[in-house]
Amino acid sequence: MEAVILQGLNGLTAAMYIWLVAAGLTIAFGVLGVLNLAHGSLYMLGGFFAFTFFHLLGLNFALSIILAIIAVGICGFLMERFFLRPIYGEALEIQLILTFAFILILDNATRYIWGTAFTLPKMPSLLEGRVHIAGGVFAIYNLFIIATGIAVFAIVWLILDKTWWGKSVRAAASDREMANAVGINIRTLFSTAFIFAAMVAAVGGAVSIPVRVITSGIGGTIIVDAFIVLVIGSLGSLTGAFVAALIIGLVSAYCQLYIPGMQMFVPYLVMAIVLTIRPQGIFGEAR
Amino acid sequence: MSKLKELLMPKSIPSALLLALLVLMFVIPAFGGDYALYLVMSILILCLFSFSVNLLLGYTGLLSFGQAVFYATGAYACGKILQAYPNLLVGIIGGVVISCVLAFILGWFCVRHTRIYFAMITLAFGMMGFSWFVRWRFVGGYYGLTYVPRAPIEIPYLFSISMEPRFAQYYFVLIVSLIAIYLFYRLVHSPLGLSFQGIRDSESRFAFTGISVRNTRLLCFAIAGTYAGLAGVLTTFVELAVSPFASHWATSAGPVIATLLGGMYTFSGPIVGSIVYYLVKDLVVRHTMQWMLPLGIVVVALVLGLRGGIVGALQRSLFPRLGVRFMEGSSNERSDIKH
Repeated sequence: MEAVILQGLNGLTAAMYIWLVAAGLTIAFGVLGVLNLAHGSLYMLGGFFAFTFFHLLGLNFALSIILAIIAVGICGFLMERFFLRPIYGEALEIQLILTFAFILILDNATRYIWGTAFTLPKMPSLLEGRVHIAGGVFAIYNLFIIATGIAVFAIVWLILDKTWWGKSVRAAASDREMANAVGINIRTLFSTAFIFAAMVAAVGGAVSIPVRVITSGIGGTIIVDAFIVLVIGSLGSLTGAFVAALIIGLVSAYCQLYIPGMQMFVPYLVMAIVLTIRPQGIFGEAR
Repeated sequence: MSKLKELLMPKSIPSALLLALLVLMFVIPAFGGDYALYLVMSILILCLFSFSVNLLLGYTGLLSFGQAVFYATGAYACGKILQAYPNLLVGIIGGVVISCVLAFILGWFCVRHTRIYFAMITLAFGMMGFSWFVRWRFVGGYYGLTYVPRAPIEIPYLFSISMEPRFAQYYFVLIVSLIAIYLFYRLVHSPLGLSFQGIRDSESRFAFTGISVRNTRLLCFAIAGTYAGLAGVLTTFVELAVSPFASHWATSAGPVIATLLGGMYTFSGPIVGSIVYYLVKDLVVRHTMQWMLPLGIVVVALVLGLRGGIVGALQRSLFPRLGVRFMEGSSNERSDIKH
């Protein structure tokens, strides 16, 4: 019983990383209509920046995370302005290939800048230690990550649902021309939406540094999971992505417990089954 | 026969280039070292793999992230067969047939979807294949398949050709690739090839002709899988080892980039793209290990500036000025060679 609960918490922790990337992807896709394969690389950049600020420069943990998120926001701005803007409305294949090239570029660039050998930086003392849950031991840091994921979900939902900017974003997502006609500056909105999407993904990478080794190539790994989550939870639905991330996280975690060795295999299987039975995803309306 | 005559007695610049390239490839063993042979073999294999991508992407409008799994299946199947029964013919044919069958089975699931969903389900199957190969002890698991014998081409009681000398390997890869390239040329200029393009240009209009869109796509997927499998089989033959990373989706980057470099709506695009890809890689690797970075930059430049690739650019600007037409027409028209 303890193992079940603990493995469930581990699954939730893994789900949060995927969710943060998937949330960024969903926002970028919903508003800009661009499927950004390099979104996982923005997650990776978040990790590298936080690692630099926290471990190499010795800044405060919270400050390093905030700085890392801002830095990735700047990268997102540059990417949107100079590379994504020319391909809005192009065939999906073109967008996927262009953003795939960004995975190659960012992977190699980070390897060039930061090298390959990495250590886990020392954990901030506040988040160190373990708690006893249901008779088992669970790291506080994992609880912190679950809390971060849920907090980001709440913040994203609040921003999109309650603020003026969020309303413009949703207006542009549902009808770009109409939004333009009522006086929303589409170009600025697209830039800000992509920056926001990049920052959401960066949160995941930044908070992961004390527990997960950040390496070049991690972006390509997490983006595959994020895409699975996106497809299962219906493209463009934030709630769908959140629920699907939980499903994938929990299913993988329990596979590790009951059928070890298959946990790499199962997310793809889940996605293939969902696509075969319900192609529009769990939360989608029929296509 | 007229095409053969045209090839042997070229009247236009492209066919003269083609003849020169063919002659060059056949005489390379006379003066080139082992590295040159290895390079040409790699180019030919990448070219076949790129055909697989281009048939789906350029001709039928489907972006697959899972082609690497057929490549790896062909490679593993050939390696396993050669270990059990060292006869190259059996290994090659077995590997190709197995990847073709797998492509039919997976294709049945994949072709129900288009666009992003197609890309995602092929990615899912590709990564399922990868996680399977990494764990499967039978094919060496994480360390891959090693000690594949250098098998001869053999028909029992008739003849046996040793594949030990480097030039024999080279000619084998060259001849198999040229046959495959010729068959591909015939395929994309056949009615079936036209129907692939019809689906790409307008699926609904194509459906009105009464031909099943789904079955045509399935056929396309199976042929593409077979070509990827053939590329894998030849890789095993050259390298004598298979790594599970052959089935990782990043392996598909090479052919996609080569196709894009050369121009994805043309027959010759992947060929030109594969040559340029290896030449660029060869140049860059001499200076730095980070060869993916310049490659990525090249792709970004191509997507933003030169969508038709090298062949597309030549077709648009250089050749009309010289007063010649390229061997094949653009994507939307079927043009025979006219002079």
